[in-house]
Amino acid sequence: MIRLSPQDCELLNRIQSDFPLDSHPFATIADQLGMSEAAVLARLQELEQAGAISRFGAVFTPNVAGASTLVALAIPEEDIEQTAELVNAMAGVNHNYLREHRYNLWFVITGRDRTELDDRLRHIQQAAPYPMLDLPMEQPYHIDLGFAL
Amino acid sequence: MSRENAINQQSLAIEVQRALQEGLPIVAQPYLALAEDLGVSEQQVVEAIEQLQRSGMTKRFGMVLKHRQLGYHANAMVVWDVPDGCVDRVGASLGEEPCVTLSYRRPRRPPEWNYNLFCMIHGTCRETVTAQLEDIVLRKGLHYPHQLLFSSHCFKQRGAVYV
Repeated sequence: MIRLSPQDCELLNRIQSDFPLDSHPFATIADQLGMSEAAVLARLQELEQAGAISRFGAVFTPNVAGASTLVALAIPEEDIEQTAELVNAMAGVNHNYLREHRYNLWFVITGRDRTELDDRLRHIQQAAPYPMLDLPMEQPYHIDLGFAL
Repeated sequence: MSRENAINQQSLAIEVQRALQEGLPIVAQPYLALAEDLGVSEQQVVEAIEQLQRSGMTKRFGMVLKHRQLGYHANAMVVWDVPDGCVDRVGASLGEEPCVTLSYRRPRRPPEWNYNLFCMIHGTCRETVTAQLEDIVLRKGLHYPHQLLFSSHCFKQRGAVYV
């Protein structure tokens, strides 16, 4: 496990949103935190190498950038691994978790629009003919603004 | 992949969106790096990102962390069956809790699935998350049917990464 110093936490809390758009954004962040640009870059590159950073980019608003839905499958114990791999290989799948419930595989799938999403769900049902819940977001009350450390 | 000719405005927007989905490099001048890749100016890349933000396409711009690698091992989805008349109020109220990262209304699928409100709680361990949920239920008086679904394995968190 990665050990985080208080300065790491400060850095990770700062970089999850409102990322500066100037030419040297890491220098701007470094200034705000009283660090050097080189130190900020080195530490973030290390954390990325260690697998703590998934990516430096944007989180897109569900159903604005395209269509997405949360899907749950109720899979017999012995078929879980195989089905999870199959789901991972499907285009548009971006989160895929095993959860402790009769509906045990939960993933988010996206598409350009609902038609493409429906096609993708049909493919999944053909390959994995288990009970499926299709649970698109109807109303966000609180969106992912990052993760406070 | 560098382009000899500058790409037009619309395809630039798509290329920039793609880059923000895949991830920019963690280097001193990330926008310049992408601009060189696309054969446009740094200013054009920055303007395209600002345009994505203005249009409401992005929720946030920055780094996406992997909570498991940072010691937050318990990731629980809490599903609630809240009467339709008060789901908006309860959903917003859950969203105010610091440990709640998401709060969404989703459709019920009766008879199998009667839960219409979803929230995510991340914590260092299961005991913490369970205690946080109990505290929320008592403090806010949320005595609605609910279930706590812990994740026991992550097959994929954005990109082909196995944990």
